[in-house]
Amino acid sequence: MKLTLITGLTGLLLLATIVELLRRRQLREKYAMLWLGVLLIVIPLSLFPRLLDNVAGFFGVVSGVSLVLFLGIVFLLLVCIHLSWEVSALEEETRTLAEDFALLRAQIDAERAARDELVSSDG
Amino acid sequence: MVNGKRVLIIIPALNESGSIADVVGEVRGELPGVEVLVVDDGSTDRTAAVAAAAGARVAKLPYNLGVGGAMRLGYRYARDNGYDVAIQIDADGQHDPRYVPKLVDLLDDNDLVIGARFAGEGDYSVRGPRRWAMVMLSAVLSKVARTKLTDTTSGFRAANRRVIEMFAGWYPAEYLGDTVETLVHTARRGYKIRQVPVAMRKRMAGTPSHSPAKAMIYLGRAFAVLTLALIRR
Repeated sequence: MKLTLITGLTGLLLLATIVELLRRRQLREKYAMLWLGVLLIVIPLSLFPRLLDNVAGFFGVVSGVSLVLFLGIVFLLLVCIHLSWEVSALEEETRTLAEDFALLRAQIDAERAARDELVSSDG
Repeated sequence: MVNGKRVLIIIPALNESGSIADVVGEVRGELPGVEVLVVDDGSTDRTAAVAAAAGARVAKLPYNLGVGGAMRLGYRYARDNGYDVAIQIDADGQHDPRYVPKLVDLLDDNDLVIGARFAGEGDYSVRGPRRWAMVMLSAVLSKVARTKLTDTTSGFRAANRRVIEMFAGWYPAEYLGDTVETLVHTARRGYKIRQVPVAMRKRMAGTPSHSPAKAMIYLGRAFAVLTLALIRR
């Protein structure tokens, strides 16, 4: 009973965190939906840990908890890979921005130098 | 202009305020009528100001992107400003600008020309894992490019208009990507690569590393980069 209390409270705490982050516009919707979906599965499981025992038995896993653990690790690995991919894309975007910025600054410098030369030759 | 072609010299520089003025000055002295673009790769010293004072155009990146990042910026500049030839030269003064006309001449029949050490001219020797890495890289890349390449990591290379346009849109910023991966990519797309022997000089500033551990790491990374480049699309 104590265990159910701990897992159930943890699930609700996570749900509250996600909702709060979403409410403060700190989390993009696409990620929020992912985590809300996960919590929708996790909270019932945290209240009734034996819920998946039948499914686990079908796959030849002795306990539903083991199945959840396995699926959880796989899911987290996928999330990590996805985040690496997102960071790579972001780095490529900031790289392009940095290049654009440097090119524009070089262009401004060149135009300013040309104008200064014009002014000094006029004067 | 070199042999009727508009030539841009691209010098990627990171904290090279000690040597950049001499390098820019020498290039401009040896090759009148050639534009020099120094790409300051997020230096924390006065590299950009010193280069500008020496008469180079300067594009200053807001933070460090690595040689590959600096070079793509250079190729974009070359593409946007209509240059026929873009030549990369190191900022530490080890490349002799007197070889530039030779590289430009070879671009008549080739798309990418590499100035290579160990190809008969000058004295430069490497031993241990670093040498094994170079042997491995040159063996594999020579096969991919269907031409003899002995110094695949050379930062002295000349590109014609077609390659400039390709590099302006695609140039890896990863470790060794600017040398090894670009060679694989260029060769696979049917561009003609050619190397020409050049003598390298002692660096004007800075020292190359000689630690055996670092050399082993270099070998491992070179192998990884090469394998990745070969299986990538």
